[in-house]
Amino acid sequence: MDGGCSGDMAAEFGDEPHVLAVDDNLIDRKLVEKLLKNSSCKVTTAENGLRALEYLGLASDKRNALDGTVSKVNLIITDYCMPGMTGYELLKKIKESSVLREVPVVIMSSENVPTRISQCLQEGAQMFMLKPLKQSDVKRLECYLMRCRS
Amino acid sequence: MDLAQLQRQLVDYKTSLYHEDFLDEQFTQLQELQDENNPDFVVEVVSLFFEDSDRLLNELTKALEQQSVDFKSVDAHVHQLKGSSSSIGAQRVQKVCIAFRNYCEEQNVEGCLKCLQQVRHEYSLVKTKLEFMFQLQQQILSAGGSIPM
Repeated sequence: MDGGCSGDMAAEFGDEPHVLAVDDNLIDRKLVEKLLKNSSCKVTTAENGLRALEYLGLASDKRNALDGTVSKVNLIITDYCMPGMTGYELLKKIKESSVLREVPVVIMSSENVPTRISQCLQEGAQMFMLKPLKQSDVKRLECYLMRCRS
Repeated sequence: MDLAQLQRQLVDYKTSLYHEDFLDEQFTQLQELQDENNPDFVVEVVSLFFEDSDRLLNELTKALEQQSVDFKSVDAHVHQLKGSSSSIGAQRVQKVCIAFRNYCEEQNVEGCLKCLQQVRHEYSLVKTKLEFMFQLQQQILSAGGSIPM
C-alpha cells in the first residue's frame, strides 16, 4: 500500500486513487469525502494545512523516509481560506517539495476572486473550483485520478 | 394518513421549502450523493450542520458581547457558517451571513447584532423545517414506503 509502489503503477494495477482533502469546515470535509468516495477514491481528510503537511511527511525536519519514494497521494484538493495556513501557502509548500511537486493540487473556494484564482494557477495549482462542490466538479478531476496520458 | 398521502405531503412540503428559498439546488445535490452504502448521508450531514451551527452561534453571541469586539474573529465564525449553510443548501441562512460579513468589514456592532438575530431566526426556521421533513421521511419508511424524490 505504501513504500515501494509508485502512484502510476498503483493506478495501472487498478488500485483506487488516493486523494488528500484539506478543509477547515467539518461539513465541507464530509461532503468532499463523499463526492470523492462516490468516484471510487480512497480519501484522507485533513482539517488544516499543518495536518496536511504532517500527513504528507513535509511538516518538520523529520524527512519521514520520503526522499526517493513517491507520494502516497494521487491528488490533493484543498480549501483556500483556512486559518493558520491558506490553501495557497499549502500549495507553495507542496510545490517546493521534490517528491510532492508532481502531485496535482486543486484549490477550492467559496469566493470567486480572479486575482486569487490566477495566483493559485500561477503557483502551479491544476484547477480552481468554486464551492459548494458538485458531483460534476469531481468528474472534472477524473483525468488526474486516472492519470491520463495525452 | 395512508402511505400515498404521506408521500404526497412530503413532496409538497419539500417543494414549498424550495419555493420559499429555505433550500436551494445544493440540497438536491446532497440528496443525490446518498446511496445504499450511505442511506443516512443527508441526515448525517444536516445533523453535523445543526451541531456546528449551534456552536458557531454561541461563539458569535459571546464575541459580540465583548467590550471590544474582535471583528476578525466574528467574521471568521460567520465565514464558517456561510460555508456550511451554502454547502447544505440552506439559502436563507447563507444570505444573512453575506450581509453579516459586510457589517463585520464595516466594524458595525449594531449591524452585526441585527444580523446575528436574523441568522438565529433563519437557522431556527430551517432547522425546524428540515426536522419535520426528516420526520415525514421516517414515517414513510416505517410504513414500508420509499421516499419520493
